[in-house]
Amino acid sequence: MELPVTAPPTPTGGCSAQGCGSSERQQAGLPDDIRRRVQDHPCYSEEAHHHFARMHAAVAPACNIQCHYCNRKYDCANESRPGVVSEVLTPEQAVRKTLVVAAAIPQMSVLGIAGPGDPLANPERVFATFRDLAAKAPDIKLCVSTNGLALPEHVDELARHNIEHVTITINCVDPDIGAQIYPWIFWQHRRVFGREAAAILIEQQQKGLEMLVARGILVKVNSVLIPGVNDRHLRDVSRIVKAKGAFLHNVMPLISAPEHGTFYGLSGQRGPTPAELQAVQDDCEGNMNMMRHCRQCRADAVGLLGEDRGAEFTREKIDAMLIDEEFTRAALARRVEMRQRIDAERQARAQERSAQATGKAGGIVSPCGTATPASSQHVITLHRPARSCVVAPPPGRPVRMAVAAKGGRVAVHFGHAREFLVYEASADGARLIGHRQTDLYCSGDDSCGDAASVLSRTIAALAGCEVVLCAKIGFEPWSKLEAAGITPNGEHALEDAAAAVMAVWHEMLAAGRLAASADDTRRSA
Amino acid sequence: MALAIVDSCVNCWACLPVCPNQAIQAAAPPDLPHFSIDAMACSECLGDYARPQCAEICPVEGAIVDELGDALNPPGSLLGLSPAQWQDVQQRCVQQGNPQQDTTQRANTSAARGETP
Ligand code: SF4
Ligand code: SF4
Ligand code: SF4
Repeated sequence: MELPVTAPPTPTGGCSAQGCGSSERQQAGLPDDIRRRVQDHPCYSEEAHHHFARMHAAVAPACNIQCHYCNRKYDCANESRPGVVSEVLTPEQAVRKTLVVAAAIPQMSVLGIAGPGDPLANPERVFATFRDLAAKAPDIKLCVSTNGLALPEHVDELARHNIEHVTITINCVDPDIGAQIYPWIFWQHRRVFGREAAAILIEQQQKGLEMLVARGILVKVNSVLIPGVNDRHLRDVSRIVKAKGAFLHNVMPLISAPEHGTFYGLSGQRGPTPAELQAVQDDCEGNMNMMRHCRQCRADAVGLLGEDRGAEFTREKIDAMLIDEEFTRAALARRVEMRQRIDAERQARAQERSAQATGKAGGIVSPCGTATPASSQHVITLHRPARSCVVAPPPGRPVRMAVAAKGGRVAVHFGHAREFLVYEASADGARLIGHRQTDLYCSGDDSCGDAASVLSRTIAALAGCEVVLCAKIGFEPWSKLEAAGITPNGEHALEDAAAAVMAVWHEMLAAGRLAASADDTRRSA
Repeated sequence: MALAIVDSCVNCWACLPVCPNQAIQAAAPPDLPHFSIDAMACSECLGDYARPQCAEICPVEGAIVDELGDALNPPGSLLGLSPAQWQDVQQRCVQQGNPQQDTTQRANTSAARGETP
């Protein structure tokens, strides 16, 4: 049975990745020039990922180290989901594919090379791709992800190719911890094992980081969170890489299972729980949590973040196409036009959001009854009222809420949501802190069992959230959610996700439900 | 004299770019299910490097053998997994009809739940 809470979800914008919407906050800690450089990058700018598409080209198969979470049969686990195999492309094929995709998807703004092995263990193939593409589609930004071992020797070449961003996977800065993650590396024509290997790798990574920063190339650092191995250490990693100039530190969960045939999978090393992951992310990322929308895409992913249109661009199709100057020129013109449209839409959205924040989301009612608009809580009251009001109004504890969103709006039916965005709402606004995927819990096949257990898995995925916002929800899930202590809310259908979360938070505040300390709830969750 | 690649090769490409003699050929299924070494071109790296480069970088124990069929990276030498565990891995890999879908989903399920596999 459907509860008639809202209008049906309507598709918006074409962003199948889920919406978020607070990019100004997300990027607040960044210097202006960096903000400008990342604002159109779907992987770095949380807001841009609704609008811009990226693709990965699998031109770099070889790898020069061994990570315990990788068995090398599949794509590099540093940059993509484990257990995935991409078809390796030659540089010529990769350029053709990029041109075709960028013609079909005018939102295309970035080509990344992240594998399936380590790009810098395949330098000829990678640089040949960049060289050719820069000539034919100069507007496409280029980026590379690497384990860092061969980075110092290639930094100058990267700079020559105008690479804007480099991602280095740095799991540790301590060789003793490194020895538990990397069994060996291939270094100067021989295999080096254990602590010695880890020490060399760490030194190369740090040197590469410094050299990139010195040349003005943006560096993002990825870390794989391995419980019991580097969970406590990542704080130090974060401090050091940020001090050296990395503009972003992204902590990703270890995904480990015996089926992967990895050392960790077989030796029973587990991945982190969502709560463990969030705790470390909070520690490491501080307010610059721009990567919480990271989907750990595969090395041949195509399209907007959270979707993969790779299957549409088969090799046969691409080989059959005529790609001449006319074709590339027309595609370029379409992309330029698309970018102008997106700019206009983003401006409109930003205005709508600020309007909602001041008007619709309501204000905070102070103990003396004067309402302060949400957007100006920091403004000090001019005429000092009675004594009880000198004390700042109780700020209200932070509350985690899940949103079934599409295109940045509350637009998905609870039962259809494959992914929920998790926000933390507080007096400071709504902060996106992560996303929970229900298909991680249910693949929809027989192994999933009946609908009831699917539902209970979804509810498990929402652990720690007190409210779930969706466009519509059936009766059964409604009661089950309530029984689990999660309040379903269907009253904000089609509203901007972050604004809706704040509206609910202010309702809770007004109803006096936000008095308890945040830590209590979080722990009991 | 030459080294050879056997069918435990996982087609990871690591060996191909490091060979000084371009002696290594990529897999091309179904005719060439895994990487292979052209015995005429392979010098076992003599004169170029102290050690055969393909065997130094190959991540799979037992995938590269010498003329006597002995593995250059014998079981247990690279990952510290026991031969029994390795056999288990190999079997699982063979059994999987569609490794992509299958393993990703199962893996993500247990990782997201934080289960110890
Ligand atoms: S760097 Fe990537 S491809 Fe290489 S071993 Fe590590 S996870 Fe695998
Ligand atoms: S031993 Fe040396 S020459 Fe022979 S295939 Fe391996 S890398 Fe090439
Ligand atoms: S390095 Fe080993 S596993 Fe990888 S392709 Fe070469 S022989 Fe096969």
